[in-house]
Amino acid sequence: MSAKEMALNTPMLNELESGDWPSFVTDLKAYSKKRPVVAQLLNQLEESYQTKWNYWQGKIINAPGYGGGIIARGSDKSDKYPGLANFHTVRVIEPPGWVYSTDALRDLADIAEKNGAGILQFHGMSGDVLLLGFDDAGSLQCAEDLMNNGWDIGGSGAAMRTLQCCVGQARCEMACYDTMKMTKHLTDTFIHYLHRPEFVYKFKFKLSGCPNDCANSIVRSDMPIIGTWRGAMQVDQKKVAEFIDQKGMEYLIDNVLTRCPTRCLSVRGKELVVDNSDCVRCMHCINVMHKALKPGKDRGATILVGGKRTLKIGDTMGAVLIPFIKLETDEDRDNFTDFVEKVWEFWNDNGMDHERIGEFIYRIGMLTFLKGVEIEPDPRMINRPRTTSYIKFEELGPSRFDGERQQNPPVWNRESEGRETM
Amino acid sequence: MSQTTLAPRDQGAPDYTKYLHPLMAKNYGKWDYHERLRPGVLVHVGESGDKLYTVRAGSPRTMSADTVRKVCAIADKYCEGFLRFTSRSNIEFLVGKKENLDPLIQAVEKELGWPLGGTGPSVSNISHTQGWLHCNLPGSDAAGSVKALMDDLIEDFKNEQLPNRVHISSSCCQINCASHGDISIIVQHHHAPRINHKNMQICELPKVVAICPAAAIRPATINGMETVEVVEEKCMYCGACHGQCPSMEIRDAQTDTLSIWVGGKMSNARSAPTFMKLAVWGIPNNPPRWPEVSAAVKTILKAYKEGGKPWERLGEWIERIGWQRFFEKTGFPFTRYHIDDSPEALSTLNRSAMLRL
Repeated sequence: MSAKEMALNTPMLNELESGDWPSFVTDLKAYSKKRPVVAQLLNQLEESYQTKWNYWQGKIINAPGYGGGIIARGSDKSDKYPGLANFHTVRVIEPPGWVYSTDALRDLADIAEKNGAGILQFHGMSGDVLLLGFDDAGSLQCAEDLMNNGWDIGGSGAAMRTLQCCVGQARCEMACYDTMKMTKHLTDTFIHYLHRPEFVYKFKFKLSGCPNDCANSIVRSDMPIIGTWRGAMQVDQKKVAEFIDQKGMEYLIDNVLTRCPTRCLSVRGKELVVDNSDCVRCMHCINVMHKALKPGKDRGATILVGGKRTLKIGDTMGAVLIPFIKLETDEDRDNFTDFVEKVWEFWNDNGMDHERIGEFIYRIGMLTFLKGVEIEPDPRMINRPRTTSYIKFEELGPSRFDGERQQNPPVWNRESEGRETM
Repeated sequence: MSQTTLAPRDQGAPDYTKYLHPLMAKNYGKWDYHERLRPGVLVHVGESGDKLYTVRAGSPRTMSADTVRKVCAIADKYCEGFLRFTSRSNIEFLVGKKENLDPLIQAVEKELGWPLGGTGPSVSNISHTQGWLHCNLPGSDAAGSVKALMDDLIEDFKNEQLPNRVHISSSCCQINCASHGDISIIVQHHHAPRINHKNMQICELPKVVAICPAAAIRPATINGMETVEVVEEKCMYCGACHGQCPSMEIRDAQTDTLSIWVGGKMSNARSAPTFMKLAVWGIPNNPPRWPEVSAAVKTILKAYKEGGKPWERLGEWIERIGWQRFFEKTGFPFTRYHIDDSPEALSTLNRSAMLRL
């Protein structure tokens, strides 16, 4: 990296120094005195502001033994900004729930500053800590230093991506399972798949402790894991009465009872009556009356599949795959990881290149997918049964097909080269 | 350079138990309830009676090592050395001793200059992407446009005066890394990619053909070179090919614009999660402060603030009053482009005689 001093010339960026929101421009300008390459970065960014054009090209660099985690960039204008010729980002797996000690944060700052431009981001959209501005050697030394200090680099490419979760049981009364522990368990169990991209495309987990989904799992992850409970929610009638005394009956009616999506709440005197058989665990009443109401005691999670943003088939929300699963013991967690491997095997054996699992399900159909991953259909998986009548009822096909090879065998028992059956 | 022993060590996620505030560790899984003491300040009360205070502030997400150290010095002084970040890049200082609360707030506001807020029914920090600062695909900036927009929305960050929380996201291309939000800003391209046929050898052509969601790309030989061509009528300017192949340039500084989408919601509270929908398009990509974006977002927030009922998220408010009235109240024109023509389009039509006339 060139240590060449370059005068800052950022009239447009300077306009981002006014106003009450903290300015990264002010911060980086001051820091450029310590790290001259940051001046080059700001000057190039200024040029982008002037021309409305981007000057970064993607590159490839990997730490030995790793297939991702370093997001390599080089500037188109490296003649002008030599320090940006190689200016990579290193993704670092964040502590689950984004909790830090100051020692840990200082360690990251020191490693970022020692090996590169000393710019950090908390956090990237993938959940990772991002350390910016390393040349090739600096990237590798950064990775080395990170690993020596107990960190690990994050995922990129067609791999299991870095996981993220809400704060969960560490600081929330609503968390229905231990999101941090589960995040660490999945990360550590499947770390091979995170570091060495070998899937047809990326695969993301996000973990939320309750259906408020603070980790935004349902549309941002291929396998959302959302905490929930079975049976009755917990109601403290004394605190219900206190809530009514404090807020008034009208508030209860307008903001709790009538907002229940399945109308399973009613009130008798100052007692809340809950028809738990109709409760869909939306969390609204608990959010409003969180002293009086709590999730039930038999807790676990709902597993969904296929959430992602719009490319290529349009947005897909995660869809219910396992309505309820316990995630309390090591055995529970291991059962789940076994299931995940089965899902991955079916997807990777049959998915097309660059096909996310949601797109794969869109192409082959959920009923085929369920058979492939050996999950029994459940009415909680759908909003309504099908309306189209064109159906291949396998059980009702004419007997003359008995013993014959099906013309169009379903994908799960199609023969593939080199193997008898899947 | 020190010696490199780098090899796959596969160390996995950091041991978070080392990073838990002592009161988090003690009350792990045993929290009873929480309260918002004022915008930006929460208290979580354990079954044990322990109280853990949280001071939430807006961070710029991108920070220098020196700024990180400044944050650490404050957390060492008042937070027993522990803090966390939220999924929207807010910082949360964790305070075990109530007497540290006021001096901490002073330090965060005065020394760091970071505003308190983002709790309850407020505008939270904006989820955003990398933009011109460090991405290879962007049509706009992210950190800068977010800074400019949050300057303009700061009163709604610092105060809890909206019907419910508002999550905003800002993305610099159609991949939309910042994802859905109550309000979301996305770059929009307006013509097919320009192909640099001389530089197609850097791309895997079958992958370029396969990635097109509109099946608009097909192999071609031009001047004896193996390349691709784009069927312009089919191309919908998404830029998927550009992500796959840098020689297929989708961006255009002269014609790219921004659009604003509303009504995305991830939470299951009250109603099922929803995708965001197009509100207004054709907004100029106007650095350094994108005033037209701020004006449109403020228009949406004003109408929502006036019309939304308590606890109603922005999309829920619109669903209740109807999209017709949303366009009336914001003054945004309803155009033919608001009518979906994607594969999901038929489910977006009003197939009933239920109308507001």
